Amino acid sequence: MEEEISRRSFLKGGVATAAGLVAAGIPGAEALADVEEKKQLATLLDIRKCIGCGACVDACSEANSDKYPNPQKPFPKMYPSRAKISDWSDKQEVSERLTPYNWLFIQHATVDINGEETEITIPRRCMHCVNPPCVKLCPWGAAKQLTNGISRIDPDICLGGSKCNKVCPWDIPQRQTGVGLYLKILPNFAGNGVMFKCDRCYERVAAGKLPACIEACPEDVQTIGPRDEIIQKAETLAKKINGYIYGATENGGTNTIYVSPVPFGELNQAIEKGKGKPHLDRVEDTMADANNLAAAMVIAPLAGLAAAAGKLYNYTKKNG
Amino acid sequence: MNRFDRTYTTAMSDRIVRYVYPVNIFFLALTGFGQMPIYKRYYMSDIPGFGWLANFFTTRYVHYLGAVLLLTLISHLIFDYFALQRKRIKVTHTGYLRGVLLAGIVLTGILFVIKNFPGFFFSSEFIITLNLCHLGLVMAFLLVSLYCLIFRKKWTSAR
Repeated sequence: MEEEISRRSFLKGGVATAAGLVAAGIPGAEALADVEEKKQLATLLDIRKCIGCGACVDACSEANSDKYPNPQKPFPKMYPSRAKISDWSDKQEVSERLTPYNWLFIQHATVDINGEETEITIPRRCMHCVNPPCVKLCPWGAAKQLTNGISRIDPDICLGGSKCNKVCPWDIPQRQTGVGLYLKILPNFAGNGVMFKCDRCYERVAAGKLPACIEACPEDVQTIGPRDEIIQKAETLAKKINGYIYGATENGGTNTIYVSPVPFGELNQAIEKGKGKPHLDRVEDTMADANNLAAAMVIAPLAGLAAAAGKLYNYTKKNG
Repeated sequence: MNRFDRTYTTAMSDRIVRYVYPVNIFFLALTGFGQMPIYKRYYMSDIPGFGWLANFFTTRYVHYLGAVLLLTLISHLIFDYFALQRKRIKVTHTGYLRGVLLAGIVLTGILFVIKNFPGFFFSSEFIITLNLCHLGLVMAFLLVSLYCLIFRKKWTSAR
């Protein structure tokens, strides 16, 4: 499958590229050169280094523009009228939030550091959860998680029902009406386009390259590598700067780990939040409740057996 | 009615099964279809008392609760059949059909539950197949159950 990194395909096509990147002094490429087939890759974002230049945003657009939607107009009329059209095709230049045409943006926060008012800039995109609700709860199988931890939405399968957006704690996937499979089924009554979000440049990673945002960053804000190593690096860095970590435990753990000199509670207060503008609040594991209940499914047959045994006992007692 | 019949038909567990089973199937179907984003779009969650249908985590939790109960009921009936009733009753054709469909639903459901744990990577093709199988089996089961309800077809008959 094209989206999965197989060790063989990686070794064939990727090592040379990765080696080239290492030779060129691009940080992180060496981490990808050692990638194992089934190891989740995580990114570490040291937000002290981010200067908000937007190079990552531009690189993301450049690398992914061929994946952006090209909707057919006029859009099919949808019934009932509650189903609203979501059209960003005339607002493709919007860069201050997530849209189907902008999968990464820079969030701004003005905070107090040691009595000095400081502006902090934070690159925001999909967190690529370890157990992503967008993927696991997609009713159609359009959202996929790759063994390297990347979650992506297949635009050829997605019907645009936006369930992934509703179950995402950060409001990441964004919808564009007028594209995708729903047009060929019941465009007036079911579906509403395709959901779009960061796929962490899965084809580039599969080819041993860095995601475009990491490669383009002039300040080396991001580092990529196996999740356990990235967590360790984040903890070491946080300890060194007396800082804070976000993303390691949120929603049961993500593959996007932020390290900040300011508590994330403060940053969350300072950033602009809303649709397409994810928060930095603590997030409980949204998948945990039902998953914990699954243990009861193992015990359920024993309960059934106990009830049947009780009935057999009563019957035997009454009938001697 | 002989002594045996009196004993098994009045057993508490049988009365529970008779009333709980259809209610459980109703909620399983309701929350199962609720895994698709349709209830809000089609105003179902606007009905007083059904607002929870618009919350995907709640419908999933209730679906899992229903699955626990269904597994308990199924295992109880299987154990009960083999321990007490095999000699006096037999499973009818429609009973076998419903049983096979239900087994398929349970099997595909178990695979969904496994998929939802962290660290389980099912291929996209397999998930789509699983979705279609689970949904198809449910639709078939509901249709057959409706047929059996209308034409009074029972799961079992006397030998």
